[in-house]
Amino acid sequence: MKRLLSIALLLPLVAHAADYMLAIRDHRFLPAELAIPSGTKVRLTIENRDDTPEEFDSYSLNREKVIAGRGTATIFIGPLAPGRYPFIGEFHEATAQGAIIAQ
Amino acid sequence: MLATAIIVFREVLEASLIIGILAAATRSVPNSKRWLGAGLLAGLAGSAVVAASTDFIGSLASGIGQEIFNATVLGVAVLMLAWHNIWMSSHGAALAKSAKSVGRNISDGTSECSALLVIVGLAVLREGSETVLFLYGIAASNEGGQSAMLLGGLFGMLAGIAVGYLFYAGLLRVPMRWFFASTGMLVLLLAAGMASQAAHFLIQADLLPSLAAPLWDTSAILPESGLPGMLLHSLIGYDSRPAGMQIVFYLTALVAIWTGMKWVARPRPSAAQQ
Repeated sequence: MKRLLSIALLLPLVAHAADYMLAIRDHRFLPAELAIPSGTKVRLTIENRDDTPEEFDSYSLNREKVIAGRGTATIFIGPLAPGRYPFIGEFHEATAQGAIIAQ
Repeated sequence: MLATAIIVFREVLEASLIIGILAAATRSVPNSKRWLGAGLLAGLAGSAVVAASTDFIGSLASGIGQEIFNATVLGVAVLMLAWHNIWMSSHGAALAKSAKSVGRNISDGTSECSALLVIVGLAVLREGSETVLFLYGIAASNEGGQSAMLLGGLFGMLAGIAVGYLFYAGLLRVPMRWFFASTGMLVLLLAAGMASQAAHFLIQADLLPSLAAPLWDTSAILPESGLPGMLLHSLIGYDSRPAGMQIVFYLTALVAIWTGMKWVARPRPSAAQQ
């Protein structure tokens, strides 16, 4: 019983993070808003379909990562409190704007 | 053009402040400027290589290669800054009195200077590779207005270098009595800030738990996007929304290096007898 309990307590630590996808095309995020569950860690894969590099940057998520042209990047985010977390593509900030909606 | 200038300014600022502080801190170490210059050149060459291998580095370790690379670069820089600061606190008194006596101790001075080369090289490498990628993206795109944007990049770069130089010039005006204590404190905080950034990358890669994310949120009072927040981020590792693990790394580096500095600078029995 004790062992079962300790395994149950450890499970959230080893549980696989849910996968979410974002794409970048013509210096815009697709989709521009991505809904994820709050309170859990999420693995975000970003695929850059442009030829030019981009930097995924978010002060509210405390994340930054350079993605090469035609490259793919993986970022872990969360667990987040419910809310809206804006992010930008720093290299093309005028158009590359988006947000994670944790709900 | 302004947006370009700001991005490049932000990238250049951190490396520029590190070089400014180290140039001031080692002003009486023989040949230190030459070693700093060599570090700068090595860092520039390295940043072009890193920029060109972004996709390769990123694809390593199932997509978290970039975080591991950044955390490693930061970790080595923290160790080198720690070594530098502990070395300075054991030689600081002698350096303040006379540069000559230390100049004779060539082997000691050389290893210290090679640490300078590595620190500056790594700082330029990390910040420079992002700048190279950004400017390459502008030059490679065909959306027009490139020359204005590249000009903006040049302005941002010059502004970043100017702030580093002003910081250096300001430090040189600090009276000798407080000089080594002030530069030692600045280097200590730089190292702690880098340790916190290294933790930040390891959390992003899911290699470390965040503990609490965020531990606090001061983004409404002092955002990192503004100039004061940007300067504090570069100087003392300020983060408006840090994870708990970042603070653990920050305080560990701070206490470990400070203890090392105090330990080597402790009064020795032989010195007390004189």
